[in-house]
Amino acid sequence: MNTITLEVNGHLHTLAVDTRTTLLDALREHLGLTGTKVGCNHGTCGACTVHIEGRRQLACLTLAVAVEGRAITTIEGLAAADGTPHPMQAAFAEHDALQCGYCTPGQIMSAVACVAEGHARSDSEIREYMSGNLCRCGAYPNIVAAVRRVAEDAAVRHVAAA
Amino acid sequence: MQPFTYLRPASLDEALHAASEPGTSVLAGGTTMVDLMRGGLAWPTRLLDISHLPGLADVQTDGPVLRFGALARMADVAENETLQRAYPALVESLQLAASQQLRNAATLGGNILQRTRCPYFRNGVSDCNKRVPGSGCSAVDGEDREMALFGTSESCLANYPGDWGTALAAFDTAVELRSAAGLRTVKFSEFHLPYGEDPAAETVLRPGEIVTAITVRATPAGRASTYLKVRDRQSYAYALVSAAVALEMEGDMVTSARVSLGGVASKPWRSPEAEAALTGRRLSEAVSLEAGEAAFKGAKPRRQNAFKIELGRRVVARAALTAAKRI
Ligand SMILES: Cc1cc2nc3c(=O)[nH]c(=O)nc-3n(C[C@H](O)[C@H](O)[C@H](O)COP(=O)(O)OP(=O)(O)OC[C@H]3O[C@@H](n4cnc5c(N)ncnc54)[C@H](O)[C@@H]3O)c2cc1C
Ligand code: FES
Ligand code: FES
Repeated sequence: MNTITLEVNGHLHTLAVDTRTTLLDALREHLGLTGTKVGCNHGTCGACTVHIEGRRQLACLTLAVAVEGRAITTIEGLAAADGTPHPMQAAFAEHDALQCGYCTPGQIMSAVACVAEGHARSDSEIREYMSGNLCRCGAYPNIVAAVRRVAEDAAVRHVAAA
Repeated sequence: MQPFTYLRPASLDEALHAASEPGTSVLAGGTTMVDLMRGGLAWPTRLLDISHLPGLADVQTDGPVLRFGALARMADVAENETLQRAYPALVESLQLAASQQLRNAATLGGNILQRTRCPYFRNGVSDCNKRVPGSGCSAVDGEDREMALFGTSESCLANYPGDWGTALAAFDTAVELRSAAGLRTVKFSEFHLPYGEDPAAETVLRPGEIVTAITVRATPAGRASTYLKVRDRQSYAYALVSAAVALEMEGDMVTSARVSLGGVASKPWRSPEAEAALTGRRLSEAVSLEAGEAAFKGAKPRRQNAFKIELGRRVVARAALTAAKRI
């Protein structure tokens, strides 16, 4: 067992983990943060997408011991302190960008990063840069619409601020 | 997954010292390693996490040699504006690989050390000479649609899956390897081994060695280059066939050509045959298709993968025409 301290959603958690524990298992099994989903556990589906130091990565291919000292954000950490949903969460609801909802936390974490990276400038670019998130329900058209909406709003705010 | 001790060295010297202990494997982005360990395909007793080491992620694009630190992340290098302008084939090979989540974690050094996606190797149970030397190759009488056409043997038909490695093969590339004993540099063309008698041996990397950098000799052919990848689906899949082409031209005359193939060989595969078919010729659609034809002349198809020959012929041709437009 290794004792490690993980910074998740701005809080420090000290936990005893086997070195084999993935970040995904640490979040779900040790910290009770079950918003991050287990899909394939092989890096192929994107359900476990979280942000590590602001970059989207896959929790199922990340060892918990390897991210000690790095800031992690999960879907639970996205809303504002007063509970107001993140604009991407609101856009997914507004555009009906889900059916069963299983892939949705991963989609939203990926989508927030996609916009922040500047890779949401067209529908085809959104499709390409969101291709690491699979949706068994096929909600893709509405997911693209939600991402585009947030990207456009961000662009408008950018122009207004300039 | 077998239990292991996790090590996080503070310096390269410390890492090289620790790497020399038996049972040690390197962890970089982990996108291959964690999966291999979970699947029982790698079983280090000591995992040496080099991802936090300073200084190994630098990328230099000016001067006579491009230098990529082994820990540079695929996603970051894909955004490098100098490379986008001067070496589009390298950038495209990164942009078209994996997904952005994986590219954010995956390093260039780990990338060239990724292992085949052959299902008989990955499933952990089929006969596979790579996994259990001497057990046989299940693909010989099995599903061979994804298997290689070049550099195979009856001992192993597996495919090298990497895109970045395929693009690197079109350039004068070298790999810098460090160990406690010092530095050695290996030509990229000699870094991977074709899967011959001993398919378990895939690279010349020795125990205790760490890849510290990949270098590419600067060339004007970088600008007129492209990486074309054809997949079963539009994105986020390994190549059925891919090709990198880099050209130097005078008018429409090709004065120098580099061509490499992916998805079809046991290692990043340069095609001198396609290069010869382009060099000294005025580039046209017909000439580009001749180059594609030449590239696959020596192919050894099996029952289900012969389609890659016609597909590959067109991929090489299209890549050559695209590269030429970038002069
Ligand atoms: C779902 C999925 C899809 C993918 N799709 C593609 C694709 O389309 N195209 C493509 O090209 N790749 C693809 N990949 C592979 C991916 O690009 C590689 O897994 C990644 O590049 C490996 O880099 P890493 O830093 O994560 O390496 P790690 O997983 O950390 O290491 C990989 C191997 O290299 C060794 N190693 C790593 N760095 C060093 C070093 N500096 N010195 C010595 N040894 C080292 C490790 O010991 C290990 O054996 C995909 C992977 C997944 C999981
Ligand atoms: S659970 Fe991590 S990518 Fe599928
Ligand atoms: S909403 Fe069901 S998997 Fe995407």
